[in-house]
Parts: sequence; structure tokens; C-alpha cells
Amino acid sequence: MTESINVSRRDFLIRSTTVGVGLGAGFSLGLYLPVSRNEAIAAESGTAGVAEINAWVVIKPDDTVIVRIARSEMGQGTLTGLAQMVAEELECDWDRVTTEYPTPGQNLARGRVWRSFATGGSQGIRGSHQYVRKGGAVARHMLIEAAAEQWGVPVAECKVANSVITHKPSGRTTSFGKVAAAAAEMFPPEQVVLKDPKDWKLIGQPVKRLDTDDKLNGKQVFGADLQLPGMLNAAIKACPVFGGTLKSFDEGNVLKMPGVRKVVRVGDNAVAVVAQTWWQAKTALDALPITWDKGPNAKLSSDSIAKMLDEGLTAKDVFVGNQNGDAKQAIKGAVKTVEAIYSYPFQNHATMEPMNATARWSKDRCEVWCPTQNGEASLEAAIEAAGLPASKCDVYKIHLGGGFGRRGAFQDYVTQAVLIAKQLPGTPVKLLWSREEDMQQGHYHPVTKCKLVGGLDKSGDLTGLHIRISGQSILAAVNTAWLQNGMDPFTFQGLLPEGDHAVSYTVPNLLVEHAMRNPPVPPGFWRGVNINQNAIYMESFLDELAHAAGKDPLAFRRKLMAKHPKSLAVLNAVAKKAGWGKPAPKGVHRGLAVCKAFASHVAACAEVSVDGKGQLTIHRIVAATDPGYAVNPQQIEAQVEGSFVQSNYHDYPSMLIKEMPKVEVIVMPSGGFWGGIGEPTIAVAAPAVLNAIFAATGKRIRSFPLKGVDLRSA
Amino acid sequence: MAKLRINGKLVDIDADGSTPLLWVLREQLGLTGTKYSCGIGTCGSCTVHINGEAIRSCTVLLSSLDASQDIVTIEGLSTDNRHPLQLAWKQLDVPQCGYCQPGIIMSAAALLRKNPEPSDADIDTQVTNICRCGTFNRVRSGIHLAVEIGRRKGASS
Repeated sequence: MTESINVSRRDFLIRSTTVGVGLGAGFSLGLYLPVSRNEAIAAESGTAGVAEINAWVVIKPDDTVIVRIARSEMGQGTLTGLAQMVAEELECDWDRVTTEYPTPGQNLARGRVWRSFATGGSQGIRGSHQYVRKGGAVARHMLIEAAAEQWGVPVAECKVANSVITHKPSGRTTSFGKVAAAAAEMFPPEQVVLKDPKDWKLIGQPVKRLDTDDKLNGKQVFGADLQLPGMLNAAIKACPVFGGTLKSFDEGNVLKMPGVRKVVRVGDNAVAVVAQTWWQAKTALDALPITWDKGPNAKLSSDSIAKMLDEGLTAKDVFVGNQNGDAKQAIKGAVKTVEAIYSYPFQNHATMEPMNATARWSKDRCEVWCPTQNGEASLEAAIEAAGLPASKCDVYKIHLGGGFGRRGAFQDYVTQAVLIAKQLPGTPVKLLWSREEDMQQGHYHPVTKCKLVGGLDKSGDLTGLHIRISGQSILAAVNTAWLQNGMDPFTFQGLLPEGDHAVSYTVPNLLVEHAMRNPPVPPGFWRGVNINQNAIYMESFLDELAHAAGKDPLAFRRKLMAKHPKSLAVLNAVAKKAGWGKPAPKGVHRGLAVCKAFASHVAACAEVSVDGKGQLTIHRIVAATDPGYAVNPQQIEAQVEGSFVQSNYHDYPSMLIKEMPKVEVIVMPSGGFWGGIGEPTIAVAAPAVLNAIFAATGKRIRSFPLKGVDLRSA
Repeated sequence: MAKLRINGKLVDIDADGSTPLLWVLREQLGLTGTKYSCGIGTCGSCTVHINGEAIRSCTVLLSSLDASQDIVTIEGLSTDNRHPLQLAWKQLDVPQCGYCQPGIIMSAAALLRKNPEPSDADIDTQVTNICRCGTFNRVRSGIHLAVEIGRRKGASS
């Protein structure tokens, strides 16, 4: 057993980005830190002179600026973007900027000074840009004021740039590090004015990510990599049927296996083996005889779920998400009607790093180290499982090996880790799920079907559209408080009359309904949430309508978009760049899609070919996004590129490099609003490809996954 | 007790022979840059070099190894983050979440050793790692850029 040496949270935060091999060399993480004043920080960290100017900005004597980041970095670049926004207002030297995560426990103790820790819904930047910029601006004021006071000159005679404060008349200078301690004692200004976007110097620049170096040499510590002195490892199996429970297990022989310390019941549905190493724990768990009570869902099958959804397609009990005019009447009176039924399956998040959390429990304190999209939700789960007051619990966030929605609303892995650690008081235990467990115990992208009926007049224009969604509500399972009189507004993403997920078209007579049918498989937020399938439904069906009307899909869309200029602009941009209307290379066919999602306007044009054997090749994607403001265009491009893997119309097995199309990204921020980046493009990735497949083969794909579908020309 | 040669050093390993190399690296030696993700040799997150070949370490048992093999992990690729692939990755900001990147870099490094100027088709067949963030286009550009950096380095030294 290695001896524990307590180090402070700050020390850990700094070290966690620099240590790698041999992390287990002997330090214990997570001494409780009641941060409220600088003295507390200095005392804890042993780094005298480090000054917290305010919750967002900490400055060291050597001019290093530590920007506090409440949201979680999981690859989407939000850490760098948020730091850019604070630094913009702070006027500090970007080359001296580092970051750290405050803990959820500190947030609670300080009256939620960092506000939300939730990292989802493409909210990282757009949900906090105002108050983090304000944090930077307030700190700048305090630093200038401290310098002016030292010099005995008016604040108005001082200017600041690149962490250097200058007294203009005399030319005297000082730096942030030199006045930080004095600045920390200043009263914050009552009001600050944020910069006009046209004056931004750092926001809008494609600066390099702050978190790359350690990702290139193995030093980046992910939750699964964490090693604490004296730590044991746990492998877990939960009942393979949702709603089932653990009946019994026979640990007799398993306890004799190498390294095994304990076999423990975890809640009512799981069992874990705790051993010296994880490999030993997993080996023993695989050998453990377990009896499950499979419960009421033992006979659940894909067929029974499909039947449930089919019934919803014509049922009377529906929620109406969008309605104007009389769609049914318009369709009745139409010269031509088109009807189609689409379906979209469950999908797992499948983050590269399986679920994991490390916990240490005693009757006085419970600490959890984990990758999480929502530190506060992790803390809540830890408090509940620990059976201790909030003040005795905390969570230390570790970088995520992917999130995609799995590690936000669902903290099952944290609950389990604490329940295990509770059975070994004082010993840190790292729980790591096997890939098999990760696939089986998901909170899946919800299953839905959709029936669409459209009516065309004699000139081939759309007169009425009826969209009936049947299937699972995420909110009904995850957060009933957000339901509106039973209706799940999220179900209508991309089809709503207004807001962040408004439909991008003006349809003369429109009816969008949802028959809520909830099969007993847990649904969850999955990157893109409900725009993934809704955009496939809408954009594929518009293509069907255009085809039935004998019209060009771009012209057909444009006619419905006069009142949606920003969506029209991104659609036009991809059409132009892709060369829509001009001949494509031989055998190559194009497809379009457009959508408003997470307040951003996105469009894509795909170029595909399908050979005689039905082999699909995606040659090129042109994608445009208008997020209002582009904080870091380079990171936006990376998110848009990645969206074409995450779209998942044909993965499991997941996409490989050989299948990855060339992606040309157009970032066209038009200003005046803040849209999300991480998710919107997912909406248009799949339908653009599907529409191109139709152009190539005459085959309309209406169910997924695509793998296994015969694509030979119809 | 097994003896292995890892990142140029001889190390003694006290673990059951049925333990996969991945878990020897991670749990016996603390070399956690080699990642666990699928455990069945499909995703490539645990890729290391054995005698210069890119190998998925979750599929290699300790009992099949001895000190005659030269095993290199991501931690041993360079001492200063200045392998041409690391320089290229940094310049292009290739990683997103970063979990799969050590494995991808090791796959790419083995490819470059055998094939110093790989075509896109070579990359397609040799770099078969899974990345759920979708960094593939930058991985491809990164490999081509690393070739250029390597060439410039070669010319200047």
C-alpha cells in the first residue's frame, strides 16, 4: 500500500495536465477545499501570491492567467472557446493562458458563482458567453484600478493590452501579475460594458486548442486512466434486461481468484467484483455465476416495439407541435399526394472511453473523480448514493473520452462507483465498464417512426403537409419537469413554429403531431437529440415531393424559404460551392439538406456514387453553418467535419477513415444571435447523403441503419 | 515473472500469463497512454509497436511475449513531443476528445516507418482505428504533413 500524501485540488488540477506515466507514484487527490477567499486558495495550494481576481480569473505573479471553466471539455473545443472569451475582455496575453475546472462542490458552497456546469444541447458557448465575458471584463477593471491606485493616477489615464497596464501620460507600465494581489482586494465595478463584436481581437480567431499537447503523448489523464494510491478496481455487470434485477450470485470460487478482494451487490440490479487490477476484476466477474430476475421486459423484442410504433402512426391520442392552416383538408383537395413512412432505430452513444468513475467513501467524506458532462449532476448522484450531506461530498472532473450526451443526464456510473466504494470504506475504487457493458447499459437515441403525407397543386407546389411522429419521448423518461402538459417539445426539434429548432420552411398548411409511445428501453440525449431523425424525415420527404412534382430539389425548397433568409443563405452557399445545377463528375450524384438546429442554420450538399455492386462511396460533402458568432472558426470546422461520422446513418460498426468523405466547411457567421456548434450539422449530414443516394439509384432509404441495404440501382 | 523490453527498458512483470499486454502496460507499468476501448482488437485504441509492427495490445497475451521483442508505446514514441506525427498533429489540432489518438498515432507511425510516403489508399488500409469524434480528415492531413515535416527535418540535419 502506498502512503497517501494530501495535495490540494489546485495542485491536482495543474498536475493532472502534466503527469502521465507513473501517476500512481504517491499522491492523494481531493482534499476538501472551502474556497471562498484568496487566502484559502493560497493556503491550500501552497502557491503564495496566486490571486483570484474573481470566480473566472486567477492570476499568478509570473503573469500566468488561469481561466476557470465550468463546462466540460469532451473534444468539442469548448474549453478553448470559453477561455478565448474571458481573455478577450481581460486583455491578457493569450500565450500565458491556462485553464482549470472548479469543482461542483465549490460551486455549491459559493452560491453557484459559476452557474451551470451542464455541457449539452450545444450550449457551452452560447449558454454562457455573456457572463464569462463579463467575468473577464470585471477582472480587467479591477486590475487597472489596482495599478492606477498604486501609481496614484486616474483610471482613465491607463490602458491595457496583452496583460500590460500602461499609464499613458507617463509611459509607466506594470503587468497583471504584479498588481493581481492588490486587484483581488478591489471591489468589483457595478457595471461593465462588453466589447462590441467588431472590436474583438481574440474571439473569431482560429487559435490552437489549449488541450492538445498531452493528447499526443499519452499524458492526458482520462477518467479510465486515473490511479490513486491504494486504489482497487471494479468490474460490473447489471441485469441485461431493462427493468430486471439481480437475484443472486455465488462468489465462493471467485473469491479465490488472483487479486480478488470482494464481490458486492450494487443497487438492486448489478453485481461488481473488486480486485487489485481491473483485468483481475473482469476475469473474475466473467467467471461469477449470476442469476437475474429478468422482470416484466423479458419478452420485449424489436417486433413488439415496431408494433407499438405502428399503432401510433394512426392513433387518435396525439400532441400537436406545429399547426397552421388545415393540412388534412389541403391534402384532400390536392392534385397529387405523396405518402411515406420512415423509421429510425435506437443507437448507443458508444464513447471511445467506456463509462467509469472513481470513488472514495468514508462516513465523513465522499469524493468522486469522473468524466462528466455535468459536474453538478455527478455531485447530486454522489450525494444521494453516499448518504452524506452535500457539504461532505465533492466531484473532481476529468477529461472525457467522448460524451455525446451519455455522461450528462445519466450518472448511473457515478451512483454505482459510490455504492461500491461505500462497501470498502476509505479505499478508493475505480469502476470501469467493459465495452460490452457500455453497449448493453446505454441510454439510447430514442426510437421513432414517422408518416408524412404531402399534397401538391397542379403547378407542383406544396399545399399541405401532415407529419405524424410515433415513438419515444426522451423527456418522459429523463426529465418530466420539462414536459408541457404531457407533451415533449423536444420531439418536434427542427419542426417547431419558432425558436432554436424552428422549421426552415413556410408550408401553407402544416400539421406536425406526436403519438407518444414509450417502449421500456431507456432513451437519452444523444448528440443532435431529435433533429437527427426529424431532419431525415423532413429533408428526405421534401426530396420525395420535389421528385413527384418534377422539380429541382433546390428550387422546390427555395420557394418555401422566402421567410427564412438565414437558412436560405446556408443552403445557397452549399449549392453554389458544390456546383449544384452544373454537371457532376461521371457517376457522381448530389443531394441537399437544410435545417435550423440549436439556433444555428446549417446545410449540406453530398456527392456520392453507387457502383454496380451497390457499393456506396461518399466523395465529398460541402457543409455550411451560420452560428451567429464564430468564436473559433477552426474548432467549428472540426465539429462540422466530425458530424459526418456521428450522423450514424451507417455505423455500427463505426465509421472508418476509408469511409470518411472529404468535407468542405463554410463558416458564415451573420451576427446578431448565438447558435450552437457541436450538434446542428448532424441534422443535415444524413439526409444530404440519402438524397444523393436517391439521385444515384432511384432508391429511397426510409429505414436504418444503411448497412445491409441493397443499393443497386432500382 | 516475465521480462519484457518496453520503450527500450527491460522490465519485470509479475502478472498472470493470460493477461493481455494492454493491461500489463496500463496496470503493471502505469503506461496509461495505451487505451482500453473495445477489448477485442477492433477499435485500435490500444495500438503499440512490437518489433516495429502496429499491434492491438488487447489481443496479445503476456505469455506470448519475452525480452526478445521490442515493444514501444505512445510514451516511447518520442521524449519531447517532436516526432513528425506529433508536430503535425499539433499544427493541425487533430485531436478532439483525444482518447483514440495515441492508438491512431501509433498506427500512423508504423505505417510511415514502412512506407515513408503513403498514399490515401495506403492510409485507408493501414489506419483502421475507430474515432467517434470524427477526426479522420485531419488524421489524413496530419499523416501527409508529417511526411513533409520529416522530409524537412531530414534535409536540415
